[in-house]
Amino acid sequence: MSKPETPEPPSSEVTPEPLYLRRREFLKSAGLGVLTAAATGAGLVALTEGGPGLARAAGGKGSPAPEPPPLKVLGRYSTDEPPTKYEDITHYNNFYEFGTDKTDPAANSGTLKTRPWTVTIDGLVKKPLTVDIDQLLKWFPLEERIYRMRCVEAWSMVIPWLGFPLADLVKRAEPLGSAKYVALQTLLEPSQMPLQKTHILEWPYVEGLRMDEATQPLTLLAAGLYGKALPNQNGAPLRLVVPWKYGFKGVKSIVKISFVEKQPRTTWSIEGPSEYGFYANVNPDVSHPRWSQATERRIGEFARRKTLPFNGYGGEVAQLYAGLDPKTLY
Amino acid sequence: MGPRRPPLPWLKPGLFAGGLVPLAVLGWRVAHHTLGADEVAIGLNQLGYLALVFLISALACTPLKIVTGWTWPIRVRRMLGLFAAFYASLHFLTYVVIDQQFDWAILWEDVTHRKFMIVGFLAFLMLLPLARTSTDASVRRLGFQRWKKLHRLAYVAGVLAVIHFIWRVKLDVRIPLIWAGILAALFLIRIVDAIQSRRRRRARQPVAAPTLDVGTPG
Repeated sequence: MSKPETPEPPSSEVTPEPLYLRRREFLKSAGLGVLTAAATGAGLVALTEGGPGLARAAGGKGSPAPEPPPLKVLGRYSTDEPPTKYEDITHYNNFYEFGTDKTDPAANSGTLKTRPWTVTIDGLVKKPLTVDIDQLLKWFPLEERIYRMRCVEAWSMVIPWLGFPLADLVKRAEPLGSAKYVALQTLLEPSQMPLQKTHILEWPYVEGLRMDEATQPLTLLAAGLYGKALPNQNGAPLRLVVPWKYGFKGVKSIVKISFVEKQPRTTWSIEGPSEYGFYANVNPDVSHPRWSQATERRIGEFARRKTLPFNGYGGEVAQLYAGLDPKTLY
Repeated sequence: MGPRRPPLPWLKPGLFAGGLVPLAVLGWRVAHHTLGADEVAIGLNQLGYLALVFLISALACTPLKIVTGWTWPIRVRRMLGLFAAFYASLHFLTYVVIDQQFDWAILWEDVTHRKFMIVGFLAFLMLLPLARTSTDASVRRLGFQRWKKLHRLAYVAGVLAVIHFIWRVKLDVRIPLIWAGILAALFLIRIVDAIQSRRRRRARQPVAAPTLDVGTPG
């Protein structure tokens, strides 16, 4: 066996012995140092973050604490059904003053100026007045009401409103005995509500309730949803919510509330008297002339669900209509 | 001379791919939940609208040829009509399967009581035999005159589809009325053309034997 001819390194390149020993020592120290650091670090992390280890050491079972349950602040009238997503509630709207497509109100309602804003209370009342919206909202404490909302177009949502009972406002206004109905009116301002320049509906949008409907504790004047002020497209700064009636009864961006003797005109019954009535109570047994009202699709759900009489609020409101033929109350 | 290449070889493949794009976009948006709050209603409306647009495009082919003298519209007419039948079928199936989930009580009420549903359903039914007889073999089997007569149903389907659209919308009929206007314009072109070509035929006819002209039945 012949060794390959490798040239020996010149002696100048040979590491001197003391240095050679120091390098070995250095490497050994460095290795140990890294190990120590890792062990210490891991131990400390385990101590600071590893609660279960300590709990187990103390004889516990070591399971994580459960998610706290939602703290229920449901008012008397709130449903515990899961609310519809905020995004859907605020981007699927019928507010024809800003366009007839469901996405139009969110896209176009930036022109609506909700401050300063006044609400006029007039008609057959002891104290007719015009009040600034911020003052009005100071008079009546807001409460959360999670209501089902059933649109006449056969879809529905669950909406966490913030509002106060219309009954409180009625009480404060002190209506005269001759006042039988409450009429409510949306702002008329074509410069802020572009479709008021067209004639697709008679403007302003008007709605109304019988006095006993208006003072029913479920009937709400809403100023917010999901803990925030109402977005413009949902009827800022103040809108009506009547959960046992079809959604179009919920007049938006209210500027006037009048107490009257005769049944007031209402926008959709002017537009299509054969399709939309004054009462507009949710009724699965009375079809819209063009589609069934027996079922509805809850926004966010896939399958349709059965529509409930009075939208599920019959226990509270059915007696209001005791003497009347429910078939006429569409 | 070799076999003549068909003119505009890109036209049909291009239209075919383009006709499927809205379906792909719809599918993509359904998968990513970006269609909007009421996906079923929006998808249903989009499919119905696509069916109407393709149906009226197919009906526009002959009038377009009459007005411009172009021949290419006739060569894409069949494809446009088949797209109309395709999207109408998806629209119908979406309603029955996804929206109503085979709720036969409601579906029965729809086709017996609701005017807008009846006309829409009839329009869809009419498109089916037309799609079935869209092949060259069918034209030969039926004979061109009979085939042509049958395929005039497309105009009836177009009218019913527009009425379905007008009756469906809640209030704002501006867009459905635009389509009604387009359809009316197409009818007008065909009627004017029919009158003119009849005049031309008459003018060419020799005044041979004296005939008793009692007018031509329409």
